Formats: sequence, C-alpha cells, structure tokens
Amino acid sequence: MPTNLELGLFVFMLATFVGLEIIRKVSPLLHTPLMSLTNAISAISVVGAILITGAEHATNLSKVLGFIAITAVVTNIVSGFLITDRMVKMFKKREARK
Amino acid sequence: MQQLVQYIYIVSAALFILSLKWMNTPATSRRGVFAGEIGMLLAVAGTLMAFEVHNWQWIVTAFAIGIAVGIPIAYIMPMTAVPQRTALSHACGALAAALVGTAEFYQRQPQAATELRGFVMVALIVETLLGFLTFTGSLMAMGKLQEVLPQRPITYRNQNAVNFVLFLIAAGLAVRLILVPTDTWLFPIFAGLALLFGVLLIIPIGGADMPTVIAILNAYAGLSACAMGFALNNNLLIVAGALDGSSGLILSIIMCKAMNRSFTNVLFGAFGQVQAQAHKAEQRPVRSASAEEAAAILESAASVIIVPGYGLAVAQAQHKIRELSDALTRLGADVKFAIHPVAGRMPGHMNVLLAEADVPYDRLFEMDDINGEFPQCDVALVIGANDVTNPAARHDKSSPIYGMPILDVDKAHTVMVIKRSMNPGFAGIDNELYYMDKTLMLFGDAKAFVSEILKELPARVGAG
Repeated sequence: MPTNLELGLFVFMLATFVGLEIIRKVSPLLHTPLMSLTNAISAISVVGAILITGAEHATNLSKVLGFIAITAVVTNIVSGFLITDRMVKMFKKREARK
Repeated sequence: MQQLVQYIYIVSAALFILSLKWMNTPATSRRGVFAGEIGMLLAVAGTLMAFEVHNWQWIVTAFAIGIAVGIPIAYIMPMTAVPQRTALSHACGALAAALVGTAEFYQRQPQAATELRGFVMVALIVETLLGFLTFTGSLMAMGKLQEVLPQRPITYRNQNAVNFVLFLIAAGLAVRLILVPTDTWLFPIFAGLALLFGVLLIIPIGGADMPTVIAILNAYAGLSACAMGFALNNNLLIVAGALDGSSGLILSIIMCKAMNRSFTNVLFGAFGQVQAQAHKAEQRPVRSASAEEAAAILESAASVIIVPGYGLAVAQAQHKIRELSDALTRLGADVKFAIHPVAGRMPGHMNVLLAEADVPYDRLFEMDDINGEFPQCDVALVIGANDVTNPAARHDKSSPIYGMPILDVDKAHTVMVIKRSMNPGFAGIDNELYYMDKTLMLFGDAKAFVSEILKELPARVGAG
C-alpha cells in the first residue's frame, strides 16, 4: 500500500496538471475574479485551522494561533466568494443591456 | 462519519475543479462561483461533524469575526481597490497557513519522534516559510498599491546579496529544524527571518510591476496551503492549494511575457528608477489640443479604439469613458477598447473596471486580437496608459522596455493622449508616441477632460 506521502504526491501531481490545463483556458476578461475565486478556494485551509483549534488537548498557543488563523481565513472565504460574484455579475453583453 | 467525510472531500475537490472550469467565459462564471461555494460549505460542514471538535467557543467566535469583517470588505470596497483587496487576501491566506504550521510544530513537540519526522516536518517548514514571507510580502504589496508606501523601488547597495544571505540563513535553520525538530528555540528566529525576507523581497519592486508580483504571491499562498495539506494529510487541501498555486503560476507567466521580463528580473531587477538625465534632455515640442478640437476629430471618426490604463482607474473616469463610447457609437462610430495584459495594477483589472461601468464585454479586446486593427482605425484615444503604447519598445535596444509587446497605437491615423502632464510613466522614460506629428496631447484630468469632450460633441447625441 502506498504511504500517505506517496498518495499525497500523486494527488499533487494530478491536481497541478489539472489546474494548469483549466486555468489556461480562463478568459483574460476574468483574470481578476479568477484570482479572488482561487483565493477563496484555497481558504479551505480553514479545515486545518479548525482541527488544530478544536483538538482535544490543544495547548493555549494552538488555540490562540488557530483562532487568528480561522478569523483570517474565514474573511477570505466570505469576501472572496462575495467579491467574485459581484465582479462576475458585471460582465454583460451588448444585447443584454438593451 | 470519518469515512463519509473523506468522500465529501472528494466531492468538494470535484466542485472546486468545476468551479474554475466554469470561469472560462462570463456566461458560465456565476455557476462557477456557486459551485465553489457549495464545495466549501460541504467540506467545512463535513469536517465539523466528522472530527471530534472541542473548544467550540473559540471556533465560533473566530467564524463570527471573519464573517463580520468579510462581508463589508466585499460590498463596500470600490472596484478600483480590487488589487489592494487581493493582496490583503493573499496575506490572510498565507498568515493562516503559517500560524497553523507554527501551532502544529509546538503542539506536536511531545510526540516529536513520531509526529514531526521526515516529510511532515519538511511540509511544516515549507508551509511556515512560504506562509510568513507571503504574509509580509503581500502586506508590502498592499501598501504600495494603496500608495501608503513609495511607488518607486527602494534599493540600497548590495541589496541582492543581503537578500541572498538572509535566505541562506533561513534555509540553514530550516534544515536544522527538520533534522532536529526539538530545537524549538530556533523556530521563532526562523519565523522572524521569513517575515523579514517577505518585506525585503517586495520593497525594491515598483508599483507598476504589481500585477506580476500579486500573481507570484498568489502562487506562494496556494503552495503554502498545499504544504498544509501534506503536513495534515488532507488531500482536499493539497488539491485546493495546487489549483491556487497553478493559477498564480500561469498568471505570473502571462504577466512576465506581457512585459517581456523574466521572474528574476521582476523580483530582483529594481525596474523603474527614473532616468533623470534622459528626461531632461528631451524637451521636444508636442502638439496639444483642447476639448473642442478633440470632440471635432472624434465626431468625424468612423472607428475609434480606446486604450485605457492605470490612470483611468486613478481618475475614476471609467463611467465617463463609457458615456463617451456610447455617444460616439450613437454618432455612428465603431468603438472598441484595447486592453494590454499589464494595464492596471493587477491581471484583468481594466476589464473589471470597464465592466463595472457597464461597458459590454464584447467591446473589450485583448492586445493580440486588436493590434491588427490599429492601422485602419481613425482615432486611437489613450487614457491613462503610457509604457504599453511606447513604440521605443520595438526598436530601441537601449530602452528598459525593449522587447515588451505593446499596443500598436502609433499605427492609427490619429492619436490622442489624455494625460495630466509630460511626466514619465512607470518605466521612467519618455514616450516617443507623444512627439509624433499625428499625436495630439490632451492635458488634464481624465474624468474632467472626457466630460468636456462630451459637452462639445454635437447636440445630436442628446436627442439620439
């Protein structure tokens, strides 16, 4: 059985190639919302922050650092998705306006 | 439940990938945002339910503060401040990764022999190193964009050497920590160096290189989240981090190609020191015009290409320029917008500003698509863009912008440039375009000048 590390590296390799292929095709019109969207997505690191703050024997240091981390990352999640939506809504074609 | 959450993670990862795929075109982009939101919700909810989570008050409070801060940022912030907000979010994401790495490092000390060995430790080190340096680096970038920090590069002698030495020390500490994870006193030094390195890395980079820098910081922030995935053995994190990282990487490459400079040149090249001597030498005359004359020329133009740049954003003139575009269209002209990849302070910035002003996106053209049309265009109106229109980039080997792909504005029949003064743009050099016979300089604030032109256009506009 492959170890966690080996599986992780496998996933990393696949995800990188998938990422490169998909992002290449994103319209340059949308590069700005793309950046805010990818930021919001990488804020899934909140999961790691939750686990360390909520660990059973979490030290005080862990709780404090984890607290700050969760706050920072939740800001990213919320503002990231909302801003991307706000930006993306603004792109209209000529016909739609009339 | 723990089994189930692993499957939920797989679904979330798939949703994230779909989310980015749907950003292909504006038509499907809202769906993309939605998919990302669902993926995030599922993963967070799954985690909270599956794992034994204690200290709820801490977590809930943190969430509450994060939401309370995040919502105003999303809605109150003007579109012109998007680059700063993006830099801030890189800082937040990187900080979170760094702090989680730090917390894990100290938390696992009692079981260091099993929990901080080998690759996990390497991942933690990478996570904290990248996290801290991206944190301060992004804050610096935000400062430069907000113009709280000086726009011109701040350099000192042997700067690159100092940076390199600092990096070596940090790397040395990193290796030592990986080999002997229990040397906890080294960790704060290591973290401090990473923080310092982030500052030093960004301060020599000038304001208009920010599009590339933001893209690079995006990649680093993504990689630090990825490293967290390796440290915590969470494949969803690895996927999300890799997606963010490759996005940043591709955008950086696009930006660098668009400026014809390599990564190392952007990071270490201290571009943009004003060439004082060259500037003084050039006191050649330029043709200038008033709003009335500009309006007369525009009125009779059949095709107009508008070239927006950072100056448009600064003057908040995007709504006025849309009004002008509408007015000219009603007069029968074909109006297009030419967007250079590095116009503005972040990739795609101009597009967002113009979309906000209700310019339909099928009027926005990328450089490669529109360059062929300049020779047939009657009037090219440059507003707030400078270096990306400078013909010196094509033939002047001594110019700092030599080789950079530019918009062929000089090939239009008539060129009009709205600018506040003859001061050099970001690259610190004179723009040959301004001295050509067919070029008319329109001196003034972008918003005010465009308003003047609008007033001068024939009354037909009002009735139309």
